[in-house]
Amino acid sequence: MAKSLISIRDFTKEEILHVLETAREFEQNREQKFLEGKVIASLFFEPSTRTRLSFETAINRLGAKVIGFSDASNTSQSKGETLKDTIKMVNNYVDMIVMRHPLEGSSRYASEVATVPVVNAGDGANQHPSQTLLDLYSILQTQGRLEGLTINMVGDLKYGRTTHSLLQAMSHFNPRFIFTAPEELKMPKEYKDFLDAKGIEYIETTSLDEYLNDCDILYMTRVQQERFTDLMEYERVKDVYTLNASMLGSVKDNMKILHPLPRVTEIDQDVDETPYAYYFKQAENGLYVRMAIISYLLGYR
Amino acid sequence: MTRKELVVSALENGTVLDHIPAENVYKALDLLGLKDIESQITIGINLTSKAQGRKGIIKIADRFFEDEELGKLALIAPKATVNIIRDFKVVEKKKLETPAEVIGIAKCRNPKCVTNHQPIRTWFKTVVSGDEISLKCHYCEKNTDIRHAF
Repeated sequence: MAKSLISIRDFTKEEILHVLETAREFEQNREQKFLEGKVIASLFFEPSTRTRLSFETAINRLGAKVIGFSDASNTSQSKGETLKDTIKMVNNYVDMIVMRHPLEGSSRYASEVATVPVVNAGDGANQHPSQTLLDLYSILQTQGRLEGLTINMVGDLKYGRTTHSLLQAMSHFNPRFIFTAPEELKMPKEYKDFLDAKGIEYIETTSLDEYLNDCDILYMTRVQQERFTDLMEYERVKDVYTLNASMLGSVKDNMKILHPLPRVTEIDQDVDETPYAYYFKQAENGLYVRMAIISYLLGYR
Repeated sequence: MTRKELVVSALENGTVLDHIPAENVYKALDLLGLKDIESQITIGINLTSKAQGRKGIIKIADRFFEDEELGKLALIAPKATVNIIRDFKVVEKKKLETPAEVIGIAKCRNPKCVTNHQPIRTWFKTVVSGDEISLKCHYCEKNTDIRHAF
């Protein structure tokens, strides 16, 4: 079984740092076509334009060709083919599979069926490790280090997989966390237990103002309607936090605002022009990090 | 009358599974695959126990269990005792050990888990925290409380 990237926990601290280092190389020079002649499958069983374009651009910039689909509705999956058979078939054609699927655990399963590396581009509410690595890269680029930072996570900490994965990844680097969430969307107990076991400090609050001036990274998230099974709960919390420029008067000079995007109402447009906004550059970083992940898993870096 | 009762409960050769939580006796029969066998089985439910209040007991004639099978029982009856009977005597008492992994028998409670939608054998890591046992799904990485996994 080839080395795959399914969950951020599949990478050791050393592997994470190696990928971030490699991403920096691609940021300096993104024209490196050493994968010429390779074919990589991009299997999007549910639509995700941003992630798909970022992965496919990364593949193209490395010189490989892409095959795949952006929506499962016109594939043989819609005829009832099992995921196993689809992966077995594609596996015969390609050198790597990038896959997004609405079912949780589907990418892990695919990596056990396939003989080529599989990159999880999101499996339901479970994992999205390339997002986590680009978050780490953005933190490293803006702060110059990963060790000893204070991260304030804001919004949907209950269903938001990006915050869960980032928490796990940052746990290698001696962080401090602030969890800003409404009662209904608090960080689940299993992640707090994980931090307790590692001796990592965290504070919980429902107020966005309370710890705004104490953090190095403000990690904002959208309250995602598609993750809720209870629509009433969604209506109660959807607009709970809105960050605007007037709130940023006393924040730390080095503070940067990250957001996995797309944003809706949680960051006002007037924040975009402040020196603290980093979310658009963060999205661009996704390209370099995905180039690094692909090169690493295929053994070229 | 007393003699007749003894005939029912005494076991010449076989296994006595004692101190099963009363509510899990049927699950135990299921997990150990005892529902379809031909041997004589005596089942007691809601018997008085000093330690447990109400307990269950299963006596199976001419059946001996592998450690792997007993591991399954440990998940729903961690305090159960296993007495192996030969020629009317207890020749061995076994303690149950919770298995590190549970493969192919439990069900993930996450409705969005791939194992609930595709023909995939389930696979869990056992997570023991105090008296609570839960199963962490190898695929969706969610925990299922042991009381809901079977």
